[in-house]
Amino acid sequence: MKKSILIGMTAVALTLGACGRKTPPAEVPPVEQPPATDPNSTDPNSLEVVELPALQADLVAKAGSDTIYFGTDEYSLDDASKATLAAQAQWMLANPNVRASIEGHADERGTREYNQALGERRANAARDFLLSQGVPAARLVVTSWGKERPVALGSNEEAWAQNRRAVTVIIR
Amino acid sequence: MRTILATLLIGIASAALAQDEQGEVPELVGGSVKTAQTIAVPEMSSGDATGRQIAEVIASDLRGTGLFTPLGPSGVPGYSQAEAGNPNYPSWRNAGVSALVSGYVEPRPDGRMTVACYLHDVTAGRQLAQQGFAVSPSDWRRAAHRCADMVYSRLSGQQPYLDTKVVYVAETGPKNNRVKRVAIMDSDGSNHRYLTVGRNTVVTPRFSPRGDKLVYTAYIGRRPRVLLFDVASGQERLLIPGNHITFAPRFSPDGRDIVFSMANGGNTDIYIVSTSGGAPRQLTVTPGADTSPSFSPDGRQIVFESDRSGTQQLYVMNRDGSGQRRISFGGGRYASPVWSPTGNMIAFTKIAGPFRVGVMSAGGGGERILTNGWQDEGPSWAPNGQFVMFHRTQQGSGTARLYAVPVGGGSARLMPTPVGGSDPSWSPLNN
Repeated sequence: MKKSILIGMTAVALTLGACGRKTPPAEVPPVEQPPATDPNSTDPNSLEVVELPALQADLVAKAGSDTIYFGTDEYSLDDASKATLAAQAQWMLANPNVRASIEGHADERGTREYNQALGERRANAARDFLLSQGVPAARLVVTSWGKERPVALGSNEEAWAQNRRAVTVIIR
Repeated sequence: MRTILATLLIGIASAALAQDEQGEVPELVGGSVKTAQTIAVPEMSSGDATGRQIAEVIASDLRGTGLFTPLGPSGVPGYSQAEAGNPNYPSWRNAGVSALVSGYVEPRPDGRMTVACYLHDVTAGRQLAQQGFAVSPSDWRRAAHRCADMVYSRLSGQQPYLDTKVVYVAETGPKNNRVKRVAIMDSDGSNHRYLTVGRNTVVTPRFSPRGDKLVYTAYIGRRPRVLLFDVASGQERLLIPGNHITFAPRFSPDGRDIVFSMANGGNTDIYIVSTSGGAPRQLTVTPGADTSPSFSPDGRQIVFESDRSGTQQLYVMNRDGSGQRRISFGGGRYASPVWSPTGNMIAFTKIAGPFRVGVMSAGGGGERILTNGWQDEGPSWAPNGQFVMFHRTQQGSGTARLYAVPVGGGSARLMPTPVGGSDPSWSPLNN
């Protein structure tokens, strides 16, 4: 586990360096300097997964969105989702040194544990499509938040539709 | 804690109980109580405020059973220590009560105190039960719960359940950034404390069969992981090494194994692993989402939910994964099954529009819905199988609260928690 963390940190250093050389100054995202370890961390099991907000913003700008949406209790991809994922794959291939955590979510209208399983199905569907577009498997991890992290706060169909999603989170 | 509890003074109870077995008090015994019985709970005889505090907890516990209307300690006369075992029955009869809980508190030379507890049938003018407890002064609530358990058990014919704890997920903060911490409290909400700090989102804590350990799912490194937690030391340990998505854990009845779900490649299956380590063994192999496993109390079978048929339904399998068969056939979807401690029933969440908590017989059939909220889910049994605790989520705010409902029918009672609460787990009887 330690080894993979170290590899991840090296990848970030390379990425940030590469960004600085290849892109015009105006487009360089502000360099993220997350701490090597979380100073508040007391948990020896904690994996060092660090979000990279600037690169995340670049993904959204270039690919159009970091999020795809699903029907109730569904995990199949519609055409809009496939188009978004194809653009995300292009961005991933253009930024070869970052990894992504594909994170599945469910709306509140499912039981907790089933939603954890459903979120993984959705994330896995997105991952499979990214793989089909040539993104290496080693650069993708999958997780499920179940119904723990809604973005829309209401208890109505409009809110639930926004919460049934898979988000591509750029990590190091 | 256990050494304190080992010092129960059961001896003084035996003579009166032996006498009870021959007596006739049909209106009080054997679970025949249909309407709330009026029972006097005066302040116990003691040299300080302890006698009143204990009576207040006993009265509160008895009210919570739904079987009794306690009178007192306010507005009810007290008594001397000598009268605790020999009350003036005619005067209590005139007060309109059918039963009386009395007792006294007495310091002991070793620094602890004796709490004596008596139950009287006022109508018949005789003692029904008595027990004594030696506890440290700070543990007076334990003595009160044990006394209330004696009264409840003697009058209802059911096993005790009040001297227990509850762990649950304490929820604070906005719906889209909720902080979720594991908290523990007595079954009446007292002695509340947080067990995790809230840095990681935690869900579905469950007690070990002895109540000394927990197993739960925590989000670590953005992934759900099953952790074992030692209540006394606060130490936690990852159940499955590596980077797997694991959730929905529960102990086996002997405490040696954990059943849980692992998701991989869009497929969720149920596994079992020893708490002492080793490789997990896969119990389900279908492409559906198989989750929420819960052992039968004899450890031979596991009830779980699966959507292999197209919708979430309940299934039972043998401990080794063989003999999988569906047991839910009503309309709607069924989720989060939990086998009752008595072995004959299964509690579940039913999804048919709203979420409701219900029970069915362990073989399927005999379904009864117990709750009527917008979103009630996550049942957990009291150790005597007479109550189910669950959480109810409010539409809109998403605020969740804990409730307990009698399995035999009756209204759900709000559990007192300082903040929102979800995913309750009722402990076994304290030992």
